[in-house]
Amino acid sequence: MTDVRTTPAAQYLTYKLDEEVFAIDISKVREVLDFTAVTKVPQTPDFMRGVINLRGSVVPVLDLRLKFGMAETTRTVNTCIIIVEVFVDNERTILGALADSVQEVIDLGAEQIEPAPRIGMRLKTDFIRGMGKRDSQFVIILDIDKVFSAEELAIVQQTETAETISV
Amino acid sequence: MDNQMDRHREAFREEAFELLTELETALLELEEMPDDAELIGRVFRAMHTIKGSGAMFGFDDISRFTHEVETVFDQVRNGKIAVTKQLIDLTLSARDRVREMLGSSEESSAAASASEEIVSALRSLISDRQQLQAERSIREEESEQSGHEITYRIRFKPSPGLMRNGTNPIMLLNELGTLGRQRVVAQKNSLPRLEELVPEDCCTSWDIILTTDRGMNAIRDVFVFVEDLAEISIQVIDDCGAMTEDGCKKLGAILIERGDIAEAELAAVLPLQKKVGELLVEKGIVAPDQVEAALAEQQHIREVREHREKTEAGSSIRVPSEKLDKLVDLVGELVTIQARLSQMAVGRNDALLFSITEEVERLTAELRDNIMNIRMLPIGSTFSKFRRLVRDLSKELGKEIEMTTSGAETELDKTVIDKLGDPLVHLIRNCIDHGIELPDEREKASKPGSGNIHLSAMHSGAYVVIEIADDGKGLDAEAIRRKGIEKGLITAEAELSEKELYSLILAPGFSTARTVTNVSGRGVGMDVVKRAIDELRGTIEISSRKGQGSTMTLKLPLTLAIIEGLLIRVAGEHFVLPLSAVLECVEFSGTERAAAHGRNIVNVRGQLVPFISLRQKFSLGNTTPAIEHIVIAEISGTQCGFVVDQVIGEHQTVIKSLGSIYRSVAGISGATILGDGTVALILDMPALFQMAAAEEISS
Amino acid sequence: MAGNILIVDDSASMRQLVSFALKDGGYDVTTAVHGKDALDKMNNGTKFAMVITDLNMPEMDGIELIRQLRQRSGYKFTPVIMLTTESQDQKKQEGKAAGATGWIVKPFTPDQLLGVVKKFVK
Repeated sequence: MTDVRTTPAAQYLTYKLDEEVFAIDISKVREVLDFTAVTKVPQTPDFMRGVINLRGSVVPVLDLRLKFGMAETTRTVNTCIIIVEVFVDNERTILGALADSVQEVIDLGAEQIEPAPRIGMRLKTDFIRGMGKRDSQFVIILDIDKVFSAEELAIVQQTETAETISV
Repeated sequence: MDNQMDRHREAFREEAFELLTELETALLELEEMPDDAELIGRVFRAMHTIKGSGAMFGFDDISRFTHEVETVFDQVRNGKIAVTKQLIDLTLSARDRVREMLGSSEESSAAASASEEIVSALRSLISDRQQLQAERSIREEESEQSGHEITYRIRFKPSPGLMRNGTNPIMLLNELGTLGRQRVVAQKNSLPRLEELVPEDCCTSWDIILTTDRGMNAIRDVFVFVEDLAEISIQVIDDCGAMTEDGCKKLGAILIERGDIAEAELAAVLPLQKKVGELLVEKGIVAPDQVEAALAEQQHIREVREHREKTEAGSSIRVPSEKLDKLVDLVGELVTIQARLSQMAVGRNDALLFSITEEVERLTAELRDNIMNIRMLPIGSTFSKFRRLVRDLSKELGKEIEMTTSGAETELDKTVIDKLGDPLVHLIRNCIDHGIELPDEREKASKPGSGNIHLSAMHSGAYVVIEIADDGKGLDAEAIRRKGIEKGLITAEAELSEKELYSLILAPGFSTARTVTNVSGRGVGMDVVKRAIDELRGTIEISSRKGQGSTMTLKLPLTLAIIEGLLIRVAGEHFVLPLSAVLECVEFSGTERAAAHGRNIVNVRGQLVPFISLRQKFSLGNTTPAIEHIVIAEISGTQCGFVVDQVIGEHQTVIKSLGSIYRSVAGISGATILGDGTVALILDMPALFQMAAAEEISS
Repeated sequence: MAGNILIVDDSASMRQLVSFALKDGGYDVTTAVHGKDALDKMNNGTKFAMVITDLNMPEMDGIELIRQLRQRSGYKFTPVIMLTTESQDQKKQEGKAAGATGWIVKPFTPDQLLGVVKKFVK
């Protein structure tokens, strides 16, 4: 969608998933919460951890580690929930994403971002907007709208279609 | 100001829609009782208001169009035209036309010609002479301006009764004064002696000299309301506008001293003499001034004494429904917080805190009920919409159908009413299309040729029960069964009760109609209705007797925002079951489990009740406690148990949406926030029951 | 001091519009939904400086309102304006006979309305 070479300098929030550093465009981030009790919604995929109470609203929480094929997030003192605002099916949706720890907010100019390698990544290249170079380290910049796109979440719908038969 | 006009226009549009609904109802009733003067009056009034207000708010096309209908109904009101089917048809289509006009800002030429057609048909109902009058509705012309100053002599001689219709001659004179420069002289010589004086009579007349550039019509306009209550003569005495300040001073003074003012003399003198003029005004106003002073004093004293009510009259105010929604949200949050408070107070063992908490609890409940009440509307308006549907559709299909209603005053939440419209339309269409037979068919079955559809609503606990009953041919159980097998919804061996059979027609893709009509065809089936009712957390039940008709029973919750729930726990997770469907809770011990022999059936006081283990269904936890509990609920007329670890108790449940991602998870209808701030899911018991039943069939 | 004007009309939008125009003109406004309501409002003790009434209304129409109002001691001289339409000439005559002071023909602009009102109330 966005040509990485023309992306102007922007701010990113970096966080860790299983020792890997990821980054999200800060404009997508609403807030970062400490880990709180998550209520699992039965009969949904594991990566959909459930729902939390965000000041009176019920907000879904997803485990990106599971989504990206890593082991399930285990709770530590550093575990937190990044609340993001994404568009699912053109509908503005508030979601929580689990992170092992939140690192910092960084500036990345367009020249510091490279396209993602086509192979060798553990996750779908669709999800990656680019690779940000920071010091000698690479951060994976996620396209959060794609990660949480309706297609990716459609799996939830599939689990129940087999059961809709009325008596 | 534009903004304000928009608001006025919006208010008018809303009101017009209401009036159109009222108009339709009245017309349909009028068709039944063509001689009812009260009904004719209602029709006339509705049209009249739309016409008058329409013009006010810039809906000129609507106003002109409605004028034609109003003209006809004025004749009806005067007994000159009779109410006929043709008239009703015509007026109904006119009503539809107005509705369209209200909706669209620009008229297409097709729409305009549709209006033309209706208008000419309406006009043909009126005799020629009357028609002339109808067409003579031309706006009064704007008063032309003369452009330059003209001096007029005006003689204003009121009849004694002038003031008794509320006219204040002084005000008229003042108004006249705003047109230009004027001099006024009061003629008091017809004043009676004091003892004969009737204070309510106006015994003074006035001569006025006025110089103005506003023209004769502007002067006439001042007196427009008193034309037949006074002698008014207006003459031009100077048309060049070149009158000067000097000259004739003496003549004027003399006229005053004489107290007898000849018109011609005055005309010549008055406008020129400033001093004389002032004197005239002073002296002239004395008598009427006294009257005015008395009136003003009287008014003033009363006004001061009385406390003014500034409140907008009328028994109701209009509030946008979003505001109410916001209020409901807030109350929802308050209920949640209050639950937390109560929970904390119980833990504190503080008597004072506890009593305060109780008070807050009571107030919150009261506030909640009151706000929910504001959102309640009678279902009647929805019912009356269907009259038209029944009328038009039955005509189209050559059927004779009468619709009757009961319980129109039954109230339920606005949101529920709004979402109920479409499913009801579908059900009624279904009755008309498939239920009720053609007249000759009916007569063969020795039934009256005209069929009946009865719509009823009534309260039943936290629910509203709506019934749509027809006296048509009823459902064909065998045909449904065959179709069910054909579609793979049931097995050939399946033993189903009639009720279960009938509810097959609600399954997706099921339709027994042999031919697709444009009425209920179009490929949408009853499953759409079912889904809509499910979304409202309602249920639908069908009963039918062959040859005698069918009844669809909808059971809907009164409100969608807050429900009474039963809080339960399974493997450490909390869930809420809607309390309204819960019958009782029983213990489920190891011995009873053993007695079930692995089947999901429990014996409750001699009755066998199927149950669903939430632990199993949701794959929660591993170790089943020694004693579980079963919540017995009634679902679509059958009892069903839900096995849980623990029943915690009743819970005021503020329903929160799970959002788009979890929207369609089967068996879960929403979420709520518990006193400790965690989220509990609300279970959709009918869906769980159906899922379990479906699994049973497929295994 | 501007007086309190009673607006009698069964149409909510008309009440709203007329109220707005009059309030803009500095008058206090009270509204009633039909003739009976208007008489009730008068019983409540407020003395209205003027009454503006629609003619076609349920419960009690404008003509009957005017007739009854003129029987009341406080309202013998109170200006009463009828809101009419062009087609209501007959009604207008009846209204005048009943004691109406004047009328204004719909449609009218707020300025036209104020123009008529100012004929009768300061």
